[in-house]
Amino acid sequence: MIEVYVRKLLLMAEGKTNLEVDIKLPEKSFCTLYGQSGAGKTTILKIIAGLVQPDEGYIAVNGQVWLDTRKKINLPPQKREIGFVFQDYALFPNMTVRENLQYALNKKSDNQLLNNLLERASLEHLAHRKPPTLSGGQQQRVALLRALVRQPQILLLDEPLSALDLEMRQTLQTEIYQLHQSFQTTTLLVSHQLSEIYRLSDFIISLEKGKIIAQGTPAEVFGLDRLSSKIKLIGEVLRIQENGVVFILDILIGNNIIKTVATPDEIKNLAPGDQVQVFAKAFNPMVKKI
Amino acid sequence: MGIDWQPLWLTLQLAGITTILLLLIGLPLALWLTRTTSYFKPVAEAIISLPIVLPPSVLGFYLLLAFSPGSALGRFLNNVWGLQLVFSFPGLVVGSIIYSLPFMVQPLQAGLAALPHSLREASYTLGHSKMQTLLRVLLPNMKPALLTGLVLSFAHTIGEFGLVLMIGGNIPGETRVVSIAIYHEVESLNFAAAHIYSSILLLLAFGILLLVYLVNKRLAKTF
Repeated sequence: MIEVYVRKLLLMAEGKTNLEVDIKLPEKSFCTLYGQSGAGKTTILKIIAGLVQPDEGYIAVNGQVWLDTRKKINLPPQKREIGFVFQDYALFPNMTVRENLQYALNKKSDNQLLNNLLERASLEHLAHRKPPTLSGGQQQRVALLRALVRQPQILLLDEPLSALDLEMRQTLQTEIYQLHQSFQTTTLLVSHQLSEIYRLSDFIISLEKGKIIAQGTPAEVFGLDRLSSKIKLIGEVLRIQENGVVFILDILIGNNIIKTVATPDEIKNLAPGDQVQVFAKAFNPMVKKI
Repeated sequence: MGIDWQPLWLTLQLAGITTILLLLIGLPLALWLTRTTSYFKPVAEAIISLPIVLPPSVLGFYLLLAFSPGSALGRFLNNVWGLQLVFSFPGLVVGSIIYSLPFMVQPLQAGLAALPHSLREASYTLGHSKMQTLLRVLLPNMKPALLTGLVLSFAHTIGEFGLVLMIGGNIPGETRVVSIAIYHEVESLNFAAAHIYSSILLLLAFGILLLVYLVNKRLAKTF
């Protein structure tokens, strides 16, 4: 069980926000912090890691207290058993892939273990390359492995897939899922990608302006609003074309372009680039006398 | 014709010792400057950069006053450590350290600031101390800045004149460095010797700078 309570005054671009959260993560769970940028997600991860100090806080991991501002307990990051995957991966450019992992292992060099790990992550052919020569996906994989080799009590992932393209992201989602299954490390992911959250997490904490606004399983948190039987999508208008008495709209939704018909009334105040909601009021039940 | 090699040797010794000591002093200073949010930071930066704009004679004049046995500091140094900093080689080293400080601190500070915070943080989360992080992660990833700081400090110390003249004077084997020797030879109308010293300095300075640019170009490629 991981208990986290933190309070900290944050200075954001849009002013001061009071970050105050109380989180409990069951052991071996996969939990996601979800929210818009500026909600304080990354700050929470850094406070758990000991890289940022809260104004007030209490962190206990599996019975061991890492931080208690009242009792003046504050373990440095080095003493907290954490694996942290940074948004920019933070691989050391001066070290090869193997050396990066060796640095994490902190021992002289357990070559057997290193070889096993590299093989398991299918990275052995890249072991002697320096990180800047690797692709984004490969760097991500090395960063993940480097965070896990010390067998941390908690794995912290700060938007690890945000810089990758869709295909790579899906491959790595599967990989993160499998790694979590085999290592069984309690994991806290920061993300604002719904597909990622759905595929990976057992539990979601939704943050807004430093406060928890909802928590529960993905279905519970997003169920009410987003899983409606009606179709409701957010898209961007690409083109408005006149066609007789109606207009044809090209709307970008995700990676698809949808064509739809609109009346002159509907396209009033609408210009290419606008965000729109596309919804269908279909599926009405039919009623018939028997 | 006989030329006295001692000033050249003395100059290299002075520059070498100064550079090594400057690295040891400049690195903690640069680390502090990149991390601190203290209100005192601009003041510290201004003081460190003073030697760039101040005439060396001004610096030399005040150091001469401070180090002289008549002043409190001079008396203290003399009584406690038996250090006589006026008209002596140790005095030149102290003066040169102050004089070349910005040439070490500024490149190091820029190099440290250019490294992503996450590198340092990642090293901490992997269980490594601040010292290990500095030696194994930060410094190896800022080699061009390190090289620039070392070479600029070394070259700048070789080229100093006004400050050395003020606090060191012109004592053969003790404080007569090449730049002073050139001045001395010209004053005694011994132009041939002045030529030799000057051309050696010119070539040395050009060679050092060329080396820096060549090495930095190669370092830039490997990353």
